[in-house]
Amino acid sequence: MSDHGHDHPHAPVTSGDEPPAAARARALEDLLVEKRVVRHEDVRQMIDWLVSRTPADGARLVARGWLDPEFEERLLADARAAALELGLDPGPSPRVVAVENTEAVHHLVVCTLCSCYPRALLGPPPDWYKSLPYRSRAVSDPRGVLSEFGVELDDDVELRVLDSTADIRYLVIPRRPPGTEGLSEEELAALVTRDSMIGVAQPLATAPAG
Amino acid sequence: MSYRVGERVRVADRAHEGHHRTPGYLKGKIGTVERVHGSFANPETRAYGADGRPEHALYLVGFAQRDVWRDYRGREDDRICADVYEHWLEEAG
Repeated sequence: MSDHGHDHPHAPVTSGDEPPAAARARALEDLLVEKRVVRHEDVRQMIDWLVSRTPADGARLVARGWLDPEFEERLLADARAAALELGLDPGPSPRVVAVENTEAVHHLVVCTLCSCYPRALLGPPPDWYKSLPYRSRAVSDPRGVLSEFGVELDDDVELRVLDSTADIRYLVIPRRPPGTEGLSEEELAALVTRDSMIGVAQPLATAPAG
Repeated sequence: MSYRVGERVRVADRAHEGHHRTPGYLKGKIGTVERVHGSFANPETRAYGADGRPEHALYLVGFAQRDVWRDYRGREDDRICADVYEHWLEEAG
C-alpha cells in the first residue's frame, strides 16, 4: 500500500480460509482507497448503517397504514415521505414504492438481476432472496414458489410479480389479518413479518409468543 | 416521458454489451405501461464511471405471464411487472 493520509493500521482482518469473493472485495476496497475514491471508514459506516436497519421500520409503516387509511394513501403515494412522517430513515436513493395486497390482488417482489431490496426499511435481504433459484422461479413459477412458502392464493386472486430491475424498490403492504380489530399499532406491527412485506408470506394471524 | 399509463409497449429485442438493467426474459415482449416513475440516471453509462446523463424516463411495465412463459402455471390475468427505461421501449400499437 502507498503512504496515504490516514493513520489506522492496515493489517487485514482475515483468516487463511477467506472465500475468494471476500478476498476480491477486500482487494477492490484497498484499490479504491489507494485511489482515494472511498475511505475505509466510509465503507465501514455504510455497512454499519445497512446492518442496523431492520424490518421493524417497514412493519411500523404497514401497521400505521392499517390503522389510518389516510396514512395508507400517503404511503402508497410516496413511501419516502410517509417514512419521514413517522421519523423513520428511508435512506438515500433509491426510491421506495409501496404496493397494497387486497382481496383481489397479491404482490410478490423479486430482483432477477441481482438483489435489489428496500434495505432502508427492511434491513439486509434474506439469503434465499439473493439465491438463483428464488430469482429465477419467482418470475417463471411464482405460484409454485408461494406454495413452497406456505401461501396458497384463492383462485380469484390475481398474482402480480414485481421484478425490481432498476431504481425503484418495492415494499408490499400485506392484508390486515381478520380478528385484529382493537389491536394497537405496536401489536399490529408485531404481526407484520419481513417475508409478508416481500410477499412470500401472509402476516401472522396472532401475536408471536413472548 | 413519451409513454402514458395504459399504453402498449414492446421491449426492444436487442443485445447489449455490458451492464444494463433490461432482463433478457422480457426482451421482445409486449406489455402495458402501469406507472411512470420519472427520470433516472442511465445505469448503462453510470456503471462505467460516467454521470448517467442524459437521464431516461423509467416505467413500470406489466406483462401477461402467459405471454412471457409458454408453460406458465397460474391464472390468465397473473402479471409480471418490471421497471424498464424508455430507450428500451418501442410503441406496440
